[in-house]
Amino acid sequence: MSRNARLAMFGLAGAGAAVMFVVAVIAMPHFGATHHPYRDAALPAAVRHATANVVSSVNFDLRAFDTLGEETILLASVIGVAVLLRPAEDETERQPLGRGRTLELTRLMGYVFLPVTVMIGFITVAHGALTPGGGFQGGVVLGTGIHLLYVAGSYRALERVRPERALEGGEALGAGAFACFGVAGAFAAAAFLGNLLPLGTFGDLFSSGSVLLLSTAVGVEVASGVIVLLAQFLRQALQVREETQE
Amino acid sequence: MTALIAVALSLVALGAVVVVMTDDPARQAVTLSVFGLLMAALFLTLSAPDVALSQIGVGTAIVPLMVMLAIRKIRSRR
Amino acid sequence: MRIYAYLVAVFVLLVGAFGIVRSRNLIHAVVCLSVSQAGTYILLLAIGYQKNATPPVFGSPPPKPTKSITDPLVQAMTLTDIVVSATVTALLLAIAVQVSKRHGTVDPNELAALRG
Repeated sequence: MSRNARLAMFGLAGAGAAVMFVVAVIAMPHFGATHHPYRDAALPAAVRHATANVVSSVNFDLRAFDTLGEETILLASVIGVAVLLRPAEDETERQPLGRGRTLELTRLMGYVFLPVTVMIGFITVAHGALTPGGGFQGGVVLGTGIHLLYVAGSYRALERVRPERALEGGEALGAGAFACFGVAGAFAAAAFLGNLLPLGTFGDLFSSGSVLLLSTAVGVEVASGVIVLLAQFLRQALQVREETQE
Repeated sequence: MTALIAVALSLVALGAVVVVMTDDPARQAVTLSVFGLLMAALFLTLSAPDVALSQIGVGTAIVPLMVMLAIRKIRSRR
Repeated sequence: MRIYAYLVAVFVLLVGAFGIVRSRNLIHAVVCLSVSQAGTYILLLAIGYQKNATPPVFGSPPPKPTKSITDPLVQAMTLTDIVVSATVTALLLAIAVQVSKRHGTVDPNELAALRG
């Protein structure tokens, strides 16, 4: 099908879809309405389990089974990327060139913000039940924080700090730990992914039962997954070369 | 709905058009990063700090970085 | 203005789809897919928004009857979705890199291997 025919067909289909969407949207409760049945059901349940961050409670307590599915998708995608991007038989890996050309200021900011970002990542994961944060956000902050070393100009330093085999193991460990906590919850509380730890008081660090454990497991998995992903892309872009191109 | 939310929504719509209409993928990585930042601002005005935190880390840093590395790999072969 | 947020969400979704259709480069198509996904996040969060409501995070136990907060369920769905779809985008980019290695081009119009 030629490009113009394809665009014309999309024009028709897009117009039809737009009309359907607008008709559907007009009949919805207007933006900012007060009728939220899920909110009315989730909030008392989260308060009963002494969790200050209701979103984390939904993720790791009320709908923890859904999170198990999501982190499995993450694990599968990282495995897929690792398989797709491994060097083929006709490719070699060469050592990357030395330090790149960066501004002095960039280097300084990278070195100053690296420990701060990693610390913020750990705090975000640990306080998932109390403040906005949790395993997913903290894992992303940790995973990207380490790459400030690369931004500051030194790929070799990044390679030294980032043990790939250990991180691949760490990712599998995080995913497996989530499932194991679920099975342990089945024994302790008669429900898969039930509560393992005591609930504590509202607002303490060790409150809200298993949310801390599950959040840490997801944080380990997401951080390792992000670092492994970026490691595959960085290695392909910087090191892998075809043999004939040498 | 407040004017702030209306402005944030309009900026996001404009940003989406800009990202889609940028033809060079290397430039698109930069506009995607800015679009991610606009989305995070929208999420903050909609009282969703968790989601904004997620969006900043992912949409502003990770995805544009991967797009740039993929482009570099593809261009180094041509 | 009661439905402006939903209309913006639908607009961003369709603009992303348009970008995929008109794209001449697989990487450009993947980025447009990412834009489309952003449209769904806007829709989810717009459904959960309540006027003059606080974020669903508390400092101390809330009084009963509960204060007005925005819907935490759609926020939980959106934030896991953002992280997971970034890794799926990585998978698509890896496929694009391999396509360029095997066929030498990333132009969808020139990729003939799937034809008839």
